[in-house]
Amino acid sequence: MVGKDCVAIACDLRLGVQALTVSNNFPKIFQYGDVFLGLTGLATDVNTVSDVFRYKTNMYRLREERDIAPRTFANLVSSSLYERRFGPYFVSPVVAGLDPKTSKPFICGFDSIGCIDFAKDFIVSGTASEQLFGMCEGLWEPDMEPDALFETISQALLNAVDRDALSGWGAHVYIIEKDKVTKRLLKGRQD
Amino acid sequence: MPGFDFSNYNRNAALHARGVPLPKATSTGTTIVGCIFDGGVVIAADTRATSGPIVADKNCEKLHYISPQIWCAGAGTAADTEFTTALISSQLELHSLSTGRKPRVVTCMTLLKQHLFRYQGHIGAYLVVAGCDPTGTHLFTVHAHGSTDKLPYVTMGSGSLAAMSVFETQWKPQLSEEDAIKLASDAIMAGIFNDLGSGSNVDVAVITKDKTTLKRNFIRPNEKSAKLQSYAFPKGTTAVLNEKVIKKNDIGRYVTVEEVPLDEEKMDVDT
Repeated sequence: MVGKDCVAIACDLRLGVQALTVSNNFPKIFQYGDVFLGLTGLATDVNTVSDVFRYKTNMYRLREERDIAPRTFANLVSSSLYERRFGPYFVSPVVAGLDPKTSKPFICGFDSIGCIDFAKDFIVSGTASEQLFGMCEGLWEPDMEPDALFETISQALLNAVDRDALSGWGAHVYIIEKDKVTKRLLKGRQD
Repeated sequence: MPGFDFSNYNRNAALHARGVPLPKATSTGTTIVGCIFDGGVVIAADTRATSGPIVADKNCEKLHYISPQIWCAGAGTAADTEFTTALISSQLELHSLSTGRKPRVVTCMTLLKQHLFRYQGHIGAYLVVAGCDPTGTHLFTVHAHGSTDKLPYVTMGSGSLAAMSVFETQWKPQLSEEDAIKLASDAIMAGIFNDLGSGSNVDVAVITKDKTTLKRNFIRPNEKSAKLQSYAFPKGTTAVLNEKVIKKNDIGRYVTVEEVPLDEEKMDVDT
């Protein structure tokens, strides 16, 4: 979700096999330099894809001697997913970060075969995506300060996952600003 | 072109057989049109991307760059239209660099159809190709299976019937540029309002012999009305269990950078 000179990215913490919960501490947000990647979908692919992009961003950093920019990373994700057009990873990623040069907020989402959705407001993904669409469409406002953005994204996520049997069990929220990142663990329902 | 990686294909087929639902691809259940006028060609598209019945993107771009004077409107699987046009755009640029000529619309259309035919319709790209080159003004449609059409006015996508009804009632030969833009955007508007897979705004690209004009969000008939009141939560609404702040300046405490003298102690080199 985009705010004024800041972006936020959040995820729930459940890992389950259909209706059986296996773990209540399975974060789905990964950090590569200053870029954040959220991954929903099949857990084995969440692990594989997050490792693939850790490898690719590390190689990029060694080659270019700088961290990857969010927009560059988004194109890397897109082409990596499209390479597997006919045997995709079952993930729908979300990218969030601030442009290293202009400090402008950048977010985007993908389908499982790499079609980028550039949004200027918010991106949702996962089993609760329909609930999240409704929450975000109602709560999001342009130019939110970091504190307001935190409350908005947290309430949108918590209330959406409460109406999804397959999501929940707490949440992680990252508020990304120019010179600091705040990571918060939210108190959520445990049922 | 290294080609596609099929290594997950068998796993995915096995997962699907055991009841794991296949992920939904974003589709541009679209209205796209093209129309030739005196001295050029205009293509137009709506800006809605859908995933099943959900609107995935309310203002996406369906007019793709091929070369400065050739543009492409795409319908079907969104990722396929995006990557197919990018791939052909790259091939055409290299081709025109090696021949020293401006790229031709027929060349572009042939590259597209041969690529799509090779994949037997599995690459779900339905395209309207339009442009001006030294041989004149051209307008084509390319279907995912590789068939092509050459017509003075064309429509594609889920809103193609709504758009074609406008063309069939209002199109006439030797249109002026203004009339062609009006006709194309009216056809898109018919798709936006009568086809559920199409919506939001109208994008238009006008290509003439001398220049190309991309009119992004040429018509915005569906602006979201401003909220009269706010749902903003007061600070402290959300219960937080744990908070960690990482400041950029703090990173220096964990990483130290030392300048290594360059002249002394040269690396051992085999002689």
